[in-house]
Amino acid sequence: MAADPLSRVFAALADPTRRDMVARLAVTDATVGELAEPYDVSVQAVSKHLRVLEDAGLVSRSRDAQRRPVHLEAEVLDLMTTWIERYRRQAEERYRRLDDVLRSMPDDASRTHPTDATHPGGNPS
Amino acid sequence: MTTSTHETRIDVDPEVPLVRITREFDAPPAKVFRAHTDPELFAQWVGPRDTETRVDAFDCRTGGSYRFVTISDGEEYGFRGCFHEVRPDELIVQTFTFEGDPDGVALEKLLLEDLGDGRTRLTSTSLVDSFAGRDAFVASGMEVGVREGYERLDEVLARS
Repeated sequence: MAADPLSRVFAALADPTRRDMVARLAVTDATVGELAEPYDVSVQAVSKHLRVLEDAGLVSRSRDAQRRPVHLEAEVLDLMTTWIERYRRQAEERYRRLDDVLRSMPDDASRTHPTDATHPGGNPS
Repeated sequence: MTTSTHETRIDVDPEVPLVRITREFDAPPAKVFRAHTDPELFAQWVGPRDTETRVDAFDCRTGGSYRFVTISDGEEYGFRGCFHEVRPDELIVQTFTFEGDPDGVALEKLLLEDLGDGRTRLTSTSLVDSFAGRDAFVASGMEVGVREGYERLDEVLARS
């Protein structure tokens, strides 16, 4: 698996079970047993998912407490969401400008244009 | 039709260093294709709103190449690449390099799908050669910049 932090988070969140676990931990901390309950998988399998989330920095477990509840590091999750959302917004802004350009184009200008110096893609081979 | 169907969608692949952007347009594929291949039209939308885009070369056909410059606060940022495959109204495969990082190159694929009723779905994938490169690509959307972004992430991770 890729070693850089962002990729670890992306990879951790690529799995639907782990996404679901993150969603539940966003509401409240939970133990491994509590997290395993709704799934048809072993506690071991859930522990494995938790390790991936832990390695990505998305969750933490207190070392001393007996129940060792799992805690969501919401800040890490927010940071990732922010990165992707800003990137998405940038693309959306660019495509809104493209919307405007498309609206300004006459309908019959879609194929060839006599003043076009490059004849983009229109040259027969 | 609500505007929400037009919202840009981003997919980040966990297995390969790839970003996929999907967006629908109220225009037929021929028009969307032309807005990508006519340098004058291209310059009108490609750069951020507060920048000016100057197209130096734009030979949009299979085997052709391009270079454009975006000008922001008097600073020029150059981008260039080759058109690997150009199929009218359907597909553009091209390379993309920021001249500030000349060894870095992204392989981009723009796919136009005819949705009927004069509408088009554009799927744009960018493949880079490392996850770090891909993440820098995504993080470049941050105003604070990549380095600072990673520093912030390091801080957050150190505390968790």
